[in-house]
Amino acid sequence: MAVDERADLPKGMAELAEDFHAVSEKERLQLLLELSQELPALPERYAGHQEVMERVDECQSPLFLAVEVVDDAPRTVQLFFDAPAESPTTRGFAGILRESLDGLPAEEVLAVPDDAPYRFGLADAVSPLRMRGMVGMLSRIKRQVRLRREAIDAEGRA
Amino acid sequence: MTEHDTKIVAYAHPERLVTTDWLAAHLDDPDVVVLESDEDVLLYDTGHIPGALKLDWHLDLNDPLSRDYVGGERFAEVMGERGIGRDTTVVIYGDKSNWWAAYALWVMSLFGHEDVRLLDGGRAKWVAEGREMTTDVPEVTPTAYPVVERDDSRLRAFKDQVREHIGRPMVDVRSPGEFSGELLHMPDYPQEGAMRGGHIPGARSVPWARAANEDGTFRPREELEAIYLEEQGLAPSDDVVAYCRIGERSSHTWFVLTHLLGFEKVRNYDGSWTEWGNSVGVPVER
Repeated sequence: MAVDERADLPKGMAELAEDFHAVSEKERLQLLLELSQELPALPERYAGHQEVMERVDECQSPLFLAVEVVDDAPRTVQLFFDAPAESPTTRGFAGILRESLDGLPAEEVLAVPDDAPYRFGLADAVSPLRMRGMVGMLSRIKRQVRLRREAIDAEGRA
Repeated sequence: MTEHDTKIVAYAHPERLVTTDWLAAHLDDPDVVVLESDEDVLLYDTGHIPGALKLDWHLDLNDPLSRDYVGGERFAEVMGERGIGRDTTVVIYGDKSNWWAAYALWVMSLFGHEDVRLLDGGRAKWVAEGREMTTDVPEVTPTAYPVVERDDSRLRAFKDQVREHIGRPMVDVRSPGEFSGELLHMPDYPQEGAMRGGHIPGARSVPWARAANEDGTFRPREELEAIYLEEQGLAPSDDVVAYCRIGERSSHTWFVLTHLLGFEKVRNYDGSWTEWGNSVGVPVER
């Protein structure tokens, strides 16, 4: 993939995508597995509280997602994911998004192209059908970021 | 004989199912090859039954271009690189109550591989029993598996055949929400993969999971007969078509009807709802 095809991704995401492209298809799976193992456990406020998280139905296995937007100048985005250990691919997708987007300003997260999940060279390694899960996660993250940023902005105006 | 063995010998084709005890005793058997086939493409890599090899339903069994299974030559490569010969006993296990394991078994049956079995209870049961798992990938001496042409005529149904079949026994094994068509209504979210929701006219709703116990093992024969024969009125001599969304869950039901209950003519419609629900001009019932 030419470098400019990653030009519209946030810096961290572009770097991670580059890591994936630098290795063979087989090693890409290994990289995804590592990201799945590094996905941090939920903080106390979410642990055991799936009812306050959003369920991502596009994933083959249940994944729960929580998005927070901090009331600071850049409207910093924080992401939390929960998926069982028996779903390493789903966890790996979550790991990619967390590694790429956690801590970014809301504006940058909203600017991430919807086809970003396809920029990691994974479609052939895991099969295109399995990519739907990551596309679903990204669209739900952006939707929640939009809603939460609006809520904070509205509060500021009130 | 354990209770589990007693359950298995009661099935129509008991040779199609093995227990975890049987598998544990045959891990070093040179005539047995164990394959793990999961929904999650990485699960095998997190740890698997010692000696087992990965067989991915999508990457290994599906053609990369057209929506179809691999042909005879590619299938021979897939088998050969796993050290499988035409006479090898293949035992398949996997996640999700063996959906993908059953799917792989069904595809191997299209190629007429004679001795292919499922591990009752799949991966979850092996893990729950605290049995050994490893991340070591075994080294395989490749074999020359013969190039056999796939026979789609007996076990597989295509869309036009399913259309002709309307009015005869058909089993929709998806969840009740998918059967009724409600699951397609999710505004703002990516589509579930079909333009229309509902089911093929006349299909009976028998979710696949009814054939499984909580631990993923198959229900005993008499309980399966109570569901498919008594409640649904099917008979082992019936010409039956089973379908789901992409053909994996219906492989599970195909296995139940064919091998556990001894039905003689069950075909899996692998195009399933992702084909039917996107096709122009086919009848849909809600």
